[in-house]
Amino acid sequence: MDWQSVAASLFGSDHAIVADGDFLSGTATFDGATLAVVGTTDHAAVGVDLALRQARAILATIAGHPGRALLLLVDTQGQKLRRRDELLGIHRAMAHLGGCLDLARRQGHPVVGLVYDQALSGGFITSGLMADACHALPQAEIRVMRVPAMARVTKLPEELLESLSLSNPVFAPGVANYVAMGGVRSLWDGDLAGGLRAALADRDVTDRRAEEGAARGGRRVAADVIARVLEA
Amino acid sequence: MTRSFAELPARARLAEVVDAGTFHEWLPPSARVTSPHLAQLGVPAAFDDGVAVGRATLAGRAVFVAAQEGEFMGGGVGEVHGAKLVGLLRRALRDRPDAVVLLAESGGVRLHEANAGLIAVSEVMRALLDVRAAGIATLVLIGGANGCFGGMGIVARCADTVVMSDIARHAMSGPEVIESAHGAGEFDSRDRALVWRTTGGKHRWLCGDCDALVEDDPQAFRAAAIAALDTHRPMTLAALQHESALLQQRADVDGDNADAFELWARLGVPDARTVPDLDADAVRARRPTALAPLSTGAA
Repeated sequence: MDWQSVAASLFGSDHAIVADGDFLSGTATFDGATLAVVGTTDHAAVGVDLALRQARAILATIAGHPGRALLLLVDTQGQKLRRRDELLGIHRAMAHLGGCLDLARRQGHPVVGLVYDQALSGGFITSGLMADACHALPQAEIRVMRVPAMARVTKLPEELLESLSLSNPVFAPGVANYVAMGGVRSLWDGDLAGGLRAALADRDVTDRRAEEGAARGGRRVAADVIARVLEA
Repeated sequence: MTRSFAELPARARLAEVVDAGTFHEWLPPSARVTSPHLAQLGVPAAFDDGVAVGRATLAGRAVFVAAQEGEFMGGGVGEVHGAKLVGLLRRALRDRPDAVVLLAESGGVRLHEANAGLIAVSEVMRALLDVRAAGIATLVLIGGANGCFGGMGIVARCADTVVMSDIARHAMSGPEVIESAHGAGEFDSRDRALVWRTTGGKHRWLCGDCDALVEDDPQAFRAAAIAALDTHRPMTLAALQHESALLQQRADVDGDNADAFELWARLGVPDARTVPDLDADAVRARRPTALAPLSTGAA
């Protein structure tokens, strides 16, 4: 689904979200309240510039509109793979973006992530995964890396990874697996407005992804290991 | 003769950095907490999943510590590895030591555990920011041969203080990954001088991306860690606005895809061409004051 369709199903014509290149920002009205919307489109490669644009939009919301809910619209192919971005400290720019979202949460802004198209690795860690909770459309795709590249880096046979990716939630790209592992709290299937309404109503902002991954059976050991370190 | 921090395994680094004999490990290798995902790939597991976590004292102060083992899967974060770090950070939030010190050496998400690794890195990031926001000093020491990359590169820069050696690297994507995406003309991974001046400790120091630059010596890391035990950089709105402006200004200075030498010169580093030949002491003196982090104080 493209971002215009997502915006239309959530807000009808009641929004002023604009795309400037692959950067999305603006406001929308939802259930009578104003929301700030920040995100990316066109499978954006998130480099220093795009990370900083998102960070500025979030800081402007914190500075100008205390408590206003933030909706993050995620569509990214991952971090930008350029020498210039490494030279300029892309890791610092992304940490900064994550820090801005963290500050928004601490200052009482509800922060809702929505993967509406695709989400890969670095571009996702400092956007949707830094929300209070991240949600996804059923047709979205979330993964760390595509199988051929993963095979190259890990030096494991591509056929092995392909077969595992059909059955094993740890390797499979489907969003349902991310729900099972706790990384995505819910799928917004059909009723997008209902999904957003429920997400905004959930004001428990503790990170419960490990516990949800255990309860849903997709990530069996993380919660237990965390608990064991706390008790050791 | 001093020893090389980079060449030591994780627990030996820890032993040298904290007060002698004070490291007490939680879920040590004897507990055999191993990855549930590696066996199906035919990859051997490690009894600590590549990370040691526990408590110690540093200059007599209570600290929680972790050290990633670069020799095991490049320090990659899998489900168990990440959960040990999250457990340590949540315990710090509960027990309030004076600081949390992470000896980071990691390629980021462990691809063998793909989705589980990605979520784990995100959990570590949020847990670290919780500890920092609670006013507990957070320190990351980067000095391993594998550097600190990917999701862990991001996590590391979420700490109050980052200490690097001049031979360490801190970045996002490795040069091989960038070269395979866009060719050697974009980033020649075999040009070691280019790689180090783009991502190495000296470059990070000169740009203010790290807070202390030391020689490749465990005692130098220890001294830098002790010096940062009371460094708190609260992530206030004003601090983040300052950070945004600083990073944007640097990106603007580099508008035309400059090399590190040119960028340093434009940022006001004197005799930029000579930087690679200098030792850490000499490089420390070259950083323009405008690029230093905001002044710090107890939280």
